Amino acid sequence: MEALDGNSAIAEAIKQIEPDVVVSYPQSPSILILEAIALFIANGEMDSEFLNVESDYSAMSTCIGVASSGGRVFTATASQGLALMHEALFIASSLRLPIVIGVTNRTLAAPINFNADHSDSMAQRDSGWIQIFSENSQEAYDNIIQAFKIAENKDVRTPVMVGIDSVVTSNLCENIHIQKNEEILEFENKSNPTYSVLDIENPKTVGSLCASDYFFEHKMNQNNGIENSRKVIKNVGKEFGDRFNRYYGYFETYELEDAEYAVILMSSSAGTAKKAVDEMRKRGEKVGLLKLRVFRPFPYKELRESLSNLKSIAVLDRVLTPGTYGGPLFIETMAALYNLDKRPLVYPYIYGLGGRDITLKHIENIFDDMKMAFDNGKGIPEIKYINLRE
Amino acid sequence: MVQQRTNPLRKYIRNRKLPHFFCPGCGCGQILNYFLKAVDDLQLDFKKIITIGGVGCTARIPIYLNTDSLHGVHGRTLAWATGIKLYRPDLKVVIFAGDGDLVSIGGNHFLHASRRNLDVTVILVNNFNFAMTGGQVAPTTPFNSVTMTTPYGSKENTIDVCKLAVSAGATYVSRWSTAKPIQTVKSIKKALQHKGFSLVEILSQCPTNFGRYALRTGDPEKVLEWIKNRSISKTKAEKLNEHELKDKFILGEFIDKKRPVFQGTTLFKEEDN
Repeated sequence: MEALDGNSAIAEAIKQIEPDVVVSYPQSPSILILEAIALFIANGEMDSEFLNVESDYSAMSTCIGVASSGGRVFTATASQGLALMHEALFIASSLRLPIVIGVTNRTLAAPINFNADHSDSMAQRDSGWIQIFSENSQEAYDNIIQAFKIAENKDVRTPVMVGIDSVVTSNLCENIHIQKNEEILEFENKSNPTYSVLDIENPKTVGSLCASDYFFEHKMNQNNGIENSRKVIKNVGKEFGDRFNRYYGYFETYELEDAEYAVILMSSSAGTAKKAVDEMRKRGEKVGLLKLRVFRPFPYKELRESLSNLKSIAVLDRVLTPGTYGGPLFIETMAALYNLDKRPLVYPYIYGLGGRDITLKHIENIFDDMKMAFDNGKGIPEIKYINLRE
Repeated sequence: MVQQRTNPLRKYIRNRKLPHFFCPGCGCGQILNYFLKAVDDLQLDFKKIITIGGVGCTARIPIYLNTDSLHGVHGRTLAWATGIKLYRPDLKVVIFAGDGDLVSIGGNHFLHASRRNLDVTVILVNNFNFAMTGGQVAPTTPFNSVTMTTPYGSKENTIDVCKLAVSAGATYVSRWSTAKPIQTVKSIKKALQHKGFSLVEILSQCPTNFGRYALRTGDPEKVLEWIKNRSISKTKAEKLNEHELKDKFILGEFIDKKRPVFQGTTLFKEEDN
């Protein structure tokens, strides 16, 4: 056991994985990951190249350069940094480059704010990247280690971003298990890249112009990569569990088996929600929680199986997508359930923008509201905002 | 009894934003004062000034000024300024930017604003590192300096912002430091009156980050002294060779000329200046 905050946990995982290149540009608070790595490299504890670049856009572009020449690469960013990378993110996923980045999920300006919500990652949900969210430092460490194995799988070859909540996870210490270096190396077992632009024997160009004749097919190839990752994510999570006794799937269910009402959310708030479920279970309420870990690819089939028998569910989105009926998690959950004959009623909630607290009481109220609405005849659920000044 | 007097520059300050956020000993407070002194001496209409800050410590300066101001995205100050100047050429636009903001993430805008001779004043506070995020290496960090991302010294060459501005086409360029307040105020005054792209680079102390990591001192005086000892005037520098000028900051005015300013598709004629 070691006491590490989320940032240090990610840095520790990177130290063990030893990518060929680590690219750095300061963003709060993800820079602490890169500062820790810079020190590891300078002290000879890991053997990687460390590069300080001039902007987040350059950081992602450099990652593309490294990965397309066959190297393993890592960078970390947050908020505005991820937003600035937007254009390059699409290039990385379309060129099937197995880049892994750590994202400390921080809200987007304006106004400037350094606290947690999922605006940055959610704004990139269609970028073709695999998106994994972590509840705490332990999951941050475990997810980074699994991320390289998922990204580099020859059927997947898709970049992965691993999210942790800014400040609440990134800067708070927890006791976590760190595996031995040789265990990680054995688990990772780096495979050869599918292509490298530095292959002098077989010169090639990647990413050149493609007209309407083949463009669609290219995009479908890319889509196959992320579709294939469904199986790989599951297998890697199981293998990780078999080796280190911490199992991972697309999501974690908590007291969901016999539950009538459930809450769905992602990342750090799951800790609070678990406690709220415990409290309500003590009072004999049949409530449960589903914490989504993998948002892309969205595990719609598995969600159907887990959720179809509930009376109603509340989907808690930690992002505001102005002008939509509920947040992205709500919309995707609704879409997954709609075609079922028997389906629960789904309530959209928005919470925690810019680091706004969500407490046990709030989650208990959500369950109570849901129950009351269900008992008093359904009606169409309207969006509710948690802990917002009237 | 001693009568209490308020600072005559206090009228330009947004009182409700105080106390300010700068670390003790930071140069940003001094530079805020220099700017207000220059504005006061020139009796400029404060209502006709727009100040812009991007992201970083320096970018916070406009928050304390009673002007209209924009503040928000790292590196985009000059792009915003271009937009403002095209729509409201009558306004004086002053940009407060850090070294990370202006020549790292916003380097491209800097080149093109200089090239166009955009009629704005840039006050560059060069504290030799990314200070807001906790002291990381920047393109202005002196060779071999220890920062949070270069634990045993940076191995990259630095950028000479003034030379860059001159070669890109800026028409007023000077470099001073917080150790030279009189000259700095004078230079800001010239820049504010200049028609065209004016840049005043002010070398400034960051005791909290650059001081502690690179110079091994958190004492603002010592950081200031380090800047002072490394500085050399332009006239003296002209007599020295490249080897002798290694690790020196050259202070002075590098260019002061007239050139048509950018006004969208129509250019001011030189006679208009």
